[in-house]
Amino acid sequence: MTEIKHTPLHELHLSLGAKMVPFAGYSMPIQYQAGLMHEHNHTRAKAGLFDVSHMGQVILRSDTVASDLEKLIPVDLLNLPKGRQRYGFFTNENGGILDDLMIANRGDDFFIVVNAACKEADLAHMRASLSADVEQIETRGLLALQGPASESVLRNIVPEVATMRFMDVRILSSSFGDLWISRSGYTGEDGFEISVDNAHSTDLALALLANDDVEAIGLGARDSLRLEGGLCLYGNDIDRTTTPVEAALSWAIQKTRRTGGERVGGFPGADTILDQLDNGASRLRVGILPEGRAPMRSGTPLYATETSSDPVGHVTSGTFGPTVNSPISMAYVSIDKSSSGTSLFGEVRGKRLPAKVGSFPFTPAKFKR
Amino acid sequence: MKYTEEHEWLKVEGDAVIVGVTTYAAEQLGDVVYVELPEVDTEVSKDDEIVVIESVKVASDIKAPLDGTILEVNSELGETPGLVNDDPLGGGWFFKMKLKDMSDLDGLMDETAYNALIS
Repeated sequence: MTEIKHTPLHELHLSLGAKMVPFAGYSMPIQYQAGLMHEHNHTRAKAGLFDVSHMGQVILRSDTVASDLEKLIPVDLLNLPKGRQRYGFFTNENGGILDDLMIANRGDDFFIVVNAACKEADLAHMRASLSADVEQIETRGLLALQGPASESVLRNIVPEVATMRFMDVRILSSSFGDLWISRSGYTGEDGFEISVDNAHSTDLALALLANDDVEAIGLGARDSLRLEGGLCLYGNDIDRTTTPVEAALSWAIQKTRRTGGERVGGFPGADTILDQLDNGASRLRVGILPEGRAPMRSGTPLYATETSSDPVGHVTSGTFGPTVNSPISMAYVSIDKSSSGTSLFGEVRGKRLPAKVGSFPFTPAKFKR
Repeated sequence: MKYTEEHEWLKVEGDAVIVGVTTYAAEQLGDVVYVELPEVDTEVSKDDEIVVIESVKVASDIKAPLDGTILEVNSELGETPGLVNDDPLGGGWFFKMKLKDMSDLDGLMDETAYNALIS
């Protein structure tokens, strides 16, 4: 067994009284002393600081990096302007999703952020398929500052962030060295992700936490926040067996890469994905709103009626949403059961409990567009 | 007050006992958002899983501490499951049960023994 890794903020987590758990090979804070519910609500009300240094940061350099990446990702990257980023995914030959990621055009290079559990496989995949120089950045931590107070807090350190809008990326100098900042996140709130040199990571985190509006937030609240935001967790809601169309991520595939587009296809699994874009898929990722207070968690089978024998789908993530103040789930259901308002039954501890199909996000997105 | 290794407390009231979870257990559970209670008049055996507690992060079972019959359940937990966190030793009680044999209580821990267990 390989040794568990620490992020540059490890000592800080311990000093803040975090409960640490192993996650994707790293020791990570699942929650701090205030607890998950408080941390969730604080992020929505003010600002939460997350350590996401376990995620993979990668720089790609070549004269043709955009067109190279388009061979692996069904997203329009040739038209991604300098200083902007897009959401995308690596696909496999069956149209399944190998990983989802953020892709930023920084002018001189492309900077991507991938999931912790997938990063080794992603690096191997890119090195085998791309002529670009693929550099894993292991000398920098990654912080996320999320919530309505994020801008007012961060502008004290880097005033230029006030001019950024959702999905903008900048390299900005600060007293904590160069910060690689994007205005994005994984909570449905306005906020920033900040890549910072390891040597300055703790000092930057402490400077942010010194603001009364900012509290440290663990992975537990990160999960309930992203679920309310309708955002997928790789390994639960999307994986190699789910296509982007089934996962309700078609919006991320621009017209240029679709049938009739300038650069149609040309990515792994294009036949399947284009066919599903044109003709529909047989199942779809949807939101589920249980009618009672019992959460329907990952693996809960969903049925059309209280007595029907074959499930019409299953839950892939589920919890109690502190902001919506009710249970919420994500699920895959057959396409004829996927429209909003459809009545279903989730089987929890042997009982069929009523639920309705709902739409994403469960809480309104607060991005600064 | 008597305690089980499952972090339940039992308070004797006449010929019945009231059952809840300890402050320590409530902290471990995290913010409770849903409690599923047994039906009144159910006969239960020690270690039957008779209460389900859901927190934001996880579902946990609470076992019957001893053999007996459920007399009453705390219906307030339906509307305000957070009582389990806010007042675990009082308003956050789960159920009242009549024990098959009151002398079974003698096999449980007293407060000193329980505090030693969690320290």
